[in-house]
Amino acid sequence: MDDNANHDGNDDGVIRRDFLAYTAVGMGAIGVGSFLWPMVDSMNPARDVLALASTEIDLSAVAEGQSITVKWRGKPVFVRHRTAEEIAVAESVDLGDLPDPEADSTRVQNAQWLVLVGICTHLGCVPIGQKDADAKGDYDGWFCPCHGSHYDTSGRIRRGPAPRNLEVPPYQFVSDTLIKVG
Amino acid sequence: MISAHSAPEFKNSVVRWIDRRLPIFTMLHGEYIVYPVPKNLNYFWSFGGMAMVVLVVVVLSGIMLAMQYAANTDLAFDGVERIMRDLNYGWLLRYVHMNGASMFFIAVYIHIFRALYYGSYKNPRELIWILGVVILVLMMATAFMGYVLPWGQMSYWGATVITNLFSALPVIGEPIVTWLWGGFSVDNPTLNRFFALHYLMPFVIFAVVLLHVAAMHQSGSNNPTGVEVKSQEDTITFHPYMTAKDSFGLMVFLFVFAFFVFIAPNYMGHPDNYIPANPLSTPAHIVPEWYFLPFYAILRAVDFQFLWLVPAKLGGVLLMFSSLLVLAMLPWFDTSKVRSCRYRPIYRWFVLLFVVDVVILGYVGGKPAEEAYIVIAKLATLYYFTHFLMITPLVGWIEQPRKLPNSISESVLKSV
Amino acid sequence: MNKLLSLAAAAALTLTSFTAYAAGGALVPPEMPWPSVGYFGAFDKASLQRGLKVYTEVCSGCHSLRLLSYRDLGDLGYSNAEVKAYAAEYEVLSEPNKDGDRVLIQASSADKFVSPYANEQEARALNSGALPPDLSLIVKARNRGKGNFFANFYDMLRGRGYASGADYVYALMTGYGDPPADVEIAEGMHYNKWFVGNAIAMAQPIYKADPAADGTPGTIEQQAKDIASFLMWASEPRFEERRAMGTKVLLFIALFIIVLYMLKRRVWRDVH
Repeated sequence: MDDNANHDGNDDGVIRRDFLAYTAVGMGAIGVGSFLWPMVDSMNPARDVLALASTEIDLSAVAEGQSITVKWRGKPVFVRHRTAEEIAVAESVDLGDLPDPEADSTRVQNAQWLVLVGICTHLGCVPIGQKDADAKGDYDGWFCPCHGSHYDTSGRIRRGPAPRNLEVPPYQFVSDTLIKVG
Repeated sequence: MISAHSAPEFKNSVVRWIDRRLPIFTMLHGEYIVYPVPKNLNYFWSFGGMAMVVLVVVVLSGIMLAMQYAANTDLAFDGVERIMRDLNYGWLLRYVHMNGASMFFIAVYIHIFRALYYGSYKNPRELIWILGVVILVLMMATAFMGYVLPWGQMSYWGATVITNLFSALPVIGEPIVTWLWGGFSVDNPTLNRFFALHYLMPFVIFAVVLLHVAAMHQSGSNNPTGVEVKSQEDTITFHPYMTAKDSFGLMVFLFVFAFFVFIAPNYMGHPDNYIPANPLSTPAHIVPEWYFLPFYAILRAVDFQFLWLVPAKLGGVLLMFSSLLVLAMLPWFDTSKVRSCRYRPIYRWFVLLFVVDVVILGYVGGKPAEEAYIVIAKLATLYYFTHFLMITPLVGWIEQPRKLPNSISESVLKSV
Repeated sequence: MNKLLSLAAAAALTLTSFTAYAAGGALVPPEMPWPSVGYFGAFDKASLQRGLKVYTEVCSGCHSLRLLSYRDLGDLGYSNAEVKAYAAEYEVLSEPNKDGDRVLIQASSADKFVSPYANEQEARALNSGALPPDLSLIVKARNRGKGNFFANFYDMLRGRGYASGADYVYALMTGYGDPPADVEIAEGMHYNKWFVGNAIAMAQPIYKADPAADGTPGTIEQQAKDIASFLMWASEPRFEERRAMGTKVLLFIALFIIVLYMLKRRVWRDVH
């Protein structure tokens, strides 16, 4: 390990290109690497973090036209109980007008319920639009105040610097009024 | 003893570019490649390097652990167990860190023994020696505070007992202890500051180690004969000779380290530290970590008033700190002109006897404070100080050293 | 000279090996042949599963296991569905609901083992003042060794790890009986040969049971062995990972030592 690959102070050349020396340096490198990897890996999510990766959301109290925010993996998840009008608007958009074309039907499991990760795809701020009083942007969905991205009633990016639509997390309906995210 | 070799020609142009502006490569070349060392160094000379490697390993694992640890009395114990159970390789990092502390002390104690036996502390190396004692003291403080962090029963009561040492000081003692605690007992503020200082101290140790090594490169390594290097014939270059030898020694040392980490990680610990701290109940038999035991024995040996002036509590504390002080002053107690015990027929036995004495102190330090052990501790403590204050100077005057070889080369040739 | 040096080195090493707790003079429980000890030991999964059953049916009435999560049971060979079903038997407090109340809901596999008591005060109140200790680390916390430096050192070399804590748990489970004629046991206390002071607040927990489904006899000894094994695992669920990696690391270092020794010999060939 102490060996120095680019030393040139060897006058006698005894160990230069010596098989033993190369083996030793190689094993030293493997040894140091195997010590460093656990340190790096310890910074990855631990077992308890991974185990908490799913959250159940009760929908029974969310009236039509309302939204709730729930924490999942430390991030906000938006659940919107969409009105018939909002659904109609979302479904009627011409995909050619979208920066990130995606049909509304592929973004929902049940058209009434829109489930999104509430993180702007630009630089990670939480868009506003969950409360009635919030500005909802030009497309009546969400608006990110950090850098001005506008999302529509399907959570798709319509204008502003964000490159992609708001992410749809993996979720499933456990019953009509209960979904499990993660 | 900076090498007389001229600056090397580096083939790599980037290296050359940097080196012309900041000659670190020339320095490394001079201090670690062509640096001349006595050719008769034995494996005792490898322990300094081993200690350095363990220090790096402990610091790295410690940084990773600090990313997971929460210095809060409600979270610390369970948080450490979370590291052990849930974190990827958390058990490995923690076992490396806690056994690394012990391995660091093992390496350093052997390193100190080598200096004692071969007289490495003598002129012109007194400052290296004193810096070494400073490192030892810093290590002790760091290890002590680190032991508090898991917040088990031994953590808590160890912290309580050791911080209470300061209450022995007259008048200012009590306010100082309250200040150390940040409260009226060892509690959350104490844990917080211990964590902060435990993180800081290793970097202070690094700085002192740097000075220790720089001073060593100034006077050059001592060697088993204790005779200074006289000509180039007495030396070999650091690379490849010492690098090969030290790497081998280091790997044997790492084998022992790995054995403790993987096979017996709790052997040098105390089972009571797997019980969460309980301020309402002291364990039946509290002891510090093994590396403190000799000093702990000296502390407990004083159970009497000293000269009608110094109460027992203060006497014990003063004596314990004095034991490190006399160690630091050793270069001035030793009156012999000869360095190595190889040529000191009487003193060598006293050095070994001193080691036995420290082992005995360590043994009784781990025993309960019962009559028989206290008597042994008192005698061993008396001998500890006698060794430095009387035996070492007296033997230096009385002893007839054996004839020193004219040079290192001569001694090597003779023994072959 | 070399003799002297090795003597000194041996002395220094001996000093390092003084485990502080070697004293105590407490009774040393007899050594049990745990399958997980030694350099190549591994847990007996069937025994751990039976041990979990003993914990669930007997110990968990009074003793918590608060550092263990239900998901950890996957290591005992249970499927995710089995772990979930086991956790579902217990209830935990939910996060505050929309009315601000915390209600009891089914535990999930991500939850920690549910404790029988809400806090220490309740535990003491329901156990005539005694506190049943948490069992998550009990084997490591009772790993007191054999009370003698050389025996402990030998055990370390044999790779017994923290097995002496399991020896103690086994001994305690099987150590109940009538007190000798000269020993007076206070009201509400129970005689146990292996408990410090011989008077323990816990009544004999394990009695002879029906054989397990796999035909393992339901003797007290067998159940004690199973619960001690289970608690040994619970003290360090990552134990097998450590053992497996340790074998590889030690082997690698041993090989590296040989290579470096040959290299050193070769480099030093010409030095005199």
